[in-house]
Amino acid sequence: MLIPCPLCGPRDLREFTPRGAAVTVHRPGEAAGPEAWHEYLHLRDNPAGPSRELWWHGAGCGAWLVVERDTLTHAVSRAILAEEEARP
Amino acid sequence: MRYNALQVLKQGLTGNRGWGRAWRKPDPQPAYDFLIIGGGGHGLATAYYLASIHRKTRIAVLEKGYFGGGSVGRNTTIVRANYGLPGNSEFYSHSLGLWEGLEQELNFNLMHSQRGIINLFHSDGQRDAFARRGNAMINQGDDAILLDRGACREMLPYLDFDQTRFPIHGGLYHPRGGTARHDAVAWGFARGADRRGVDLIDTCEVTGIDIANGSVAGVQTTRGAIRAKKIGIAVAGNSSRVAAMAGMRLPIESHVLQAFVTEGLKPVIDNVVTYGMGHFYISQSDKGGLVFGGDLDFYPSYASRGNLPMQEHVMEAGMTLMPMIGKARLLRSWGGIMDMSPDGSPIIDRTGIGGLYINTGWCYGGFKATPGSGHCFAHLLATDRPHEAAARLRLDRFATGRGLMDEEGTGAQHNLH
Repeated sequence: MLIPCPLCGPRDLREFTPRGAAVTVHRPGEAAGPEAWHEYLHLRDNPAGPSRELWWHGAGCGAWLVVERDTLTHAVSRAILAEEEARP
Repeated sequence: MRYNALQVLKQGLTGNRGWGRAWRKPDPQPAYDFLIIGGGGHGLATAYYLASIHRKTRIAVLEKGYFGGGSVGRNTTIVRANYGLPGNSEFYSHSLGLWEGLEQELNFNLMHSQRGIINLFHSDGQRDAFARRGNAMINQGDDAILLDRGACREMLPYLDFDQTRFPIHGGLYHPRGGTARHDAVAWGFARGADRRGVDLIDTCEVTGIDIANGSVAGVQTTRGAIRAKKIGIAVAGNSSRVAAMAGMRLPIESHVLQAFVTEGLKPVIDNVVTYGMGHFYISQSDKGGLVFGGDLDFYPSYASRGNLPMQEHVMEAGMTLMPMIGKARLLRSWGGIMDMSPDGSPIIDRTGIGGLYINTGWCYGGFKATPGSGHCFAHLLATDRPHEAAARLRLDRFATGRGLMDEEGTGAQHNLH
């Protein structure tokens, strides 16, 4: 698996650490109730097919990325910086 | 037909022409009292216990492929009850108890071999933790023996005890642990369920779950609609996909776990051995192949195959622990899809929908749970009350934070197990 890091270009899987579904980029606000936190922390769509995930380029530039990947084929289609995703 | 030595002799003398099918191949009826979605070990065991213990009838198991074609037929076959936390402790203890009478009960040779499991430790702190876990196992009624370095060396002379990085200080020995032939477990439960009138329906994929007034009414399948009063979901790595048909989101991520088998060798590894400083577990099958595995690949996957970095990692752990296996050639490797829960422990519970029950979150360890899971899930389906051995395996423990079973102490969130 090669992941196209927007800062470093295509890099080997070994340089990255996966951190699950990219929903975790959108942290609930201060006023959010326990149900919102439960969804954020635990509940997942867990799709079989196109998926958006958070990956950390720890052995490269250190950036957090949102990677678009197919969970049925492992094909990676796109990666953007997580900070772009998090921008309101 | 009952299987026994006389039958083998009789069939052998008559050209083996008398062996019939082990189970029927019925078409689906329009309606059942109990539908189990998923014809793997857990689903088949659930149907078997519903029919045998609870005397229920009008039961069907729906399987999208063939029976036993999922994770029950592709795991590292380890059976054990060496958990430390309440919830897991009594559940796996219950399951191991069922394993011990299962071959006679099912009249099927499961090749259940209680060859013992040794969990190795490599530091003083780890020894203390294993001593505590061993005491928890003894308290739950199972067996555990703390081996010092000398006793370990006597049992497992082939390990590299003096490796500079992680020298082996000893091990926690669980004599009743061992292995079983995985396919036979699925086949044994399938045959047992069929003999008690359960309809086992293969190549029947569920494509929708019908809900009326907050309760299940039936399912849509590739072989037509089937009505049902109660539906149990036992589909392991596909739990989220099936639950989504009922509008549910689960606390589950599906991940790929790889396993490996070498060419057949003469007997060399007598027990199941696990490495304490890397995720690596190994045993030797009766055919002689060394069967071993390690960690998840750690990215969500439904692909049933993993990547080379994790293969390399597992081989490195194996070589560190027992350099002798470096001469064995790898015959094959494969990946299975695990239903990973946030705390690494399973779920057997009702859902928010009437008549719909869920059995999921088996993480790395669904195989050893097979009889216990089926037994407790059948109890829940039949009586609407959780079995006492599975009373803590609740779906709502993540929302409330009560009763989390984070066995490794790493946390109760995704990607930590």
